[in-house]
Amino acid sequence: MADVQTSNPESNFAKAVKEGLVAAALALGLFLLIVGFRTDQNIRNELVLNQRWGLLAIFVLVAGFGRFFLTAYVTPWNAARAASKRAAVAKEAKEQSAFRKSFPRIGLALLFVYPFLVIAILAAYNGSLMGGLQGSLKYVDNFGIQILIYVMLAWGLNIVIGLAGLLDLGYVAFYAVGAYSYALLSSHFGLSFWLLLPMAGIFAALWGIVLGFPVLRLRGDYLAIVTLAFGEIIRLVLINWTVVTKGTFGISGIAKATLFGIPFTPGPGGFANLLGLPNSGVYYKVFLYYLILLLALLTAWVTIRLRRMPIGRAWEALREDEIACRSLGINTTTTKLTAFATGAMFGGFAGSFFAARQGFVSPESFVFLESAIILAIVVLGGMGSLVGIAIAAAVMIGGTELLRELEFLKHIFGNDFTPELYRMLLFGLAMIVVMVWKPRGFVGNREPSAFLHKRKLISSEFTKEGHG
Amino acid sequence: MVSEVQKNNSAILRVERLSMKFGGLIAINDLNFEAKRGAITALIGPNGAGKTTVFNCITGFYKPTEGMLTMTRQNGEEYLLERMADFVITKKAKVARTFQNIRLFSGLTVLENLLVAQHNPLMLSSGYTILGLLGFPTYKKAAADAIEKARFWLEKINLVDRADDPAGDLPYGAQRRLEIARAMCTEPELLCLDEPAAGLNARESAELNKLLLDIRDETGTSILLIEHDMSVVMEISDHVVVLEYGTKISDGTPDSVKNDPKVIAAYLGVEDEEIVEMLEQAEAAGVDDITAAVDLMSTEAIHVIEETHPDAPAAALVATGPARPAKPAAATKQPGAKPAKTAAKATSAPAPAKVATAKPEAGNPAAAKTAATKTVTPVAPAAAKKPVAKPAAAKAPPVKAAPAKAPQASPIKAGATANALAAPRDGKADRLIDIKGIGPVNERKLNEHGIFHFDQIASWKKADVIAAEAYLAFDGRIAREDWIGQAKAMAKASQKKPVPGKSGGAK
Repeated sequence: MADVQTSNPESNFAKAVKEGLVAAALALGLFLLIVGFRTDQNIRNELVLNQRWGLLAIFVLVAGFGRFFLTAYVTPWNAARAASKRAAVAKEAKEQSAFRKSFPRIGLALLFVYPFLVIAILAAYNGSLMGGLQGSLKYVDNFGIQILIYVMLAWGLNIVIGLAGLLDLGYVAFYAVGAYSYALLSSHFGLSFWLLLPMAGIFAALWGIVLGFPVLRLRGDYLAIVTLAFGEIIRLVLINWTVVTKGTFGISGIAKATLFGIPFTPGPGGFANLLGLPNSGVYYKVFLYYLILLLALLTAWVTIRLRRMPIGRAWEALREDEIACRSLGINTTTTKLTAFATGAMFGGFAGSFFAARQGFVSPESFVFLESAIILAIVVLGGMGSLVGIAIAAAVMIGGTELLRELEFLKHIFGNDFTPELYRMLLFGLAMIVVMVWKPRGFVGNREPSAFLHKRKLISSEFTKEGHG
Repeated sequence: MVSEVQKNNSAILRVERLSMKFGGLIAINDLNFEAKRGAITALIGPNGAGKTTVFNCITGFYKPTEGMLTMTRQNGEEYLLERMADFVITKKAKVARTFQNIRLFSGLTVLENLLVAQHNPLMLSSGYTILGLLGFPTYKKAAADAIEKARFWLEKINLVDRADDPAGDLPYGAQRRLEIARAMCTEPELLCLDEPAAGLNARESAELNKLLLDIRDETGTSILLIEHDMSVVMEISDHVVVLEYGTKISDGTPDSVKNDPKVIAAYLGVEDEEIVEMLEQAEAAGVDDITAAVDLMSTEAIHVIEETHPDAPAAALVATGPARPAKPAAATKQPGAKPAKTAAKATSAPAPAKVATAKPEAGNPAAAKTAATKTVTPVAPAAAKKPVAKPAAAKAPPVKAAPAKAPQASPIKAGATANALAAPRDGKADRLIDIKGIGPVNERKLNEHGIFHFDQIASWKKADVIAAEAYLAFDGRIAREDWIGQAKAMAKASQKKPVPGKSGGAK
């Protein structure tokens, strides 16, 4: 078919023109009354008929040209691409390119130098170190830290969903538990961040087990609904238990993290002062950046190690077939609970980091939408794949942050246009596009945890998503 | 029969009085058998006999309603499987299983499938993950050993080359073998295989036989298998247990089971009511043990029954089908039978024969003729329609019309099963409404169709039931309300009184 279409572009072009004209005619007929005319009330409450020929023309032209381009270029291109892909598949089994193989390493190196790279570039751009430091705040904080928090959360959720196949829609609850345990314990007892970080993880893990017990028998949709309810319960408790949590006001003035006791405060004894650097808020941000980077890498490392442990294999086996698991003597109850607890623990770590970074927590930050975004990142990235999830987080969170930067949009849509308000729309659109293009996420292939001869990637068509 | 199984060290698994009920459905009814250590025990039976349910009970996927399942391990430890959770059974009692519809982890590689099976020992050596996470050498060694063990089994099942491919990518036969290897990686002492040869071609199933014998001989693992493929069962099993409708019908060596008429009947499809009836006849003959009754099914024994109990249609039963006109049992079995004898046989169909001999005055149009012809005439039209003939049965689906080609061969047969009467015996019908489920309207209908007595209903076969349900416009109610059982009880009660004219006997 593809050959037929590409071998005679002339007839294809003619066909495209014809289809474009038909589409334009159809659009004209359709939109003539809907778009072309509009009734308005004038000042005397009379109906006035407005004619909008220009807008109608735009509609018709878009339809006509859209159809034309689709038929003339997109379809043949797609067909040719599919044909070449088939040929490539037939030629040899998927051999990863050198770039793809070393991508994690390159990415990791980039992540480690990222803050300095930003500062250096901006310093060169502004002509002064100070300018570089102040300018980099936005990029380190809004892009670097924000994305890495979501990477860590998504990697944590990946243990529950991607490995064990348990659909958890209330993951943000563990994030909240971590954040509030740091906020409360540090403001009431003055405990330090480094002590509270593991404690927040442990608390969250305990809550993971608390959630795990009632949902052990549930599968699929039922599990999803109960976890969703659990997330909401935690949020409502945070709102209504005002004595402890101060309700919707939230907890402010949370102690910042310190570097081995060195606070990031201006003045004597502070980090900048000790090192003789000019005063700037950016040091704390860079510190937080490396902190969350290390926490995220810890998550990744633990996930990778766990996958090679019997428990990790049991999680994946559980995702594939629970009954077969039981027939092999695997205690599915504890296996599920450990998955919940491990995933929740990383959520707790991320939560306590979040509280330390913001200095303020309120229930607003832990709404269902957050859970949905984390879940979307995991699904988009490809369940079980760390690299894919990291890319998805960068695209989704970085993309929405980028929207704030797009000033030129204001020139197109008018001054009162705020692109941030459309981020959810774009988010959804991007998800639909990706899911159509790659139903199993960016990286759908699974890497085996052990091999006898050669490590071969397992195509997503064999892996299951789990059913609760 | 085997209700008191002796404590026996050679038995690895003892199943005692096992019953499993799902609501009203009795899937397994009072099952007793044992699997010998180091032997291959096959569990066979027609579809729906409850074999897989037995497996699910043994492996803990179902909790049996009643009964005791004792697993005796090599080291003498005894486990009561019915009290244990499914995964504990594999872990502690060392019973592994495969599934009828293969349950591999299709997204994991072949090797990983075998590693998952070694979860428990690996878990221990990884210090419940913690030591392993910290990189302790004990786990590294254990992991290497686990891979070696997996390689051993992969070599056994010829899948070393495909060790790194996803299990879901393997051909069907290889998946079956892999599932067995995976079960073996849990180091079981009893391996339960649910239809391991299903879907395999002849070569693959020969390979499977070899694999199973290897497993038994080299690892000493006892095997319990469900199988439909008789070539597998007969070739490799040391012991065969046959189930039908949740009850054990035979138990023994493959050869003895193969020649067991009950097994043949179960597989070739003699209708079950007839077996029940046969057993009752045997009981009436003074044989109270059911197993003995089964033994009685040999031809000689049938002759004995015939001689002593002319009423018993035993011969008809054993000759594969009841009253198949093309192959009349009496004719083939006893070619030299005297006419008197055949006449006697006619009485084995209780009702019509009685019409013929005992009640010539009953207003039967054929009554004026001789007894012999009488047996033939009133019933012959029915026989032409259907072997299990009675007028009502004429309404049965025309599938049964085939025997009509040989009506001349079957006057006796036709008489033997047609239990419709032109009129009630002694002019007095039984009160059929005594049977629960039969009301006055149904009684009238039944009478119109020539059913007047309990024993008539009692002797109904499946085809009769279908026919009766057709004219009563019932669907399954006769079986549900157990009319036949009720009628039997009532018929028995009324038979206590001597029935006059039951004289056409053999004596």
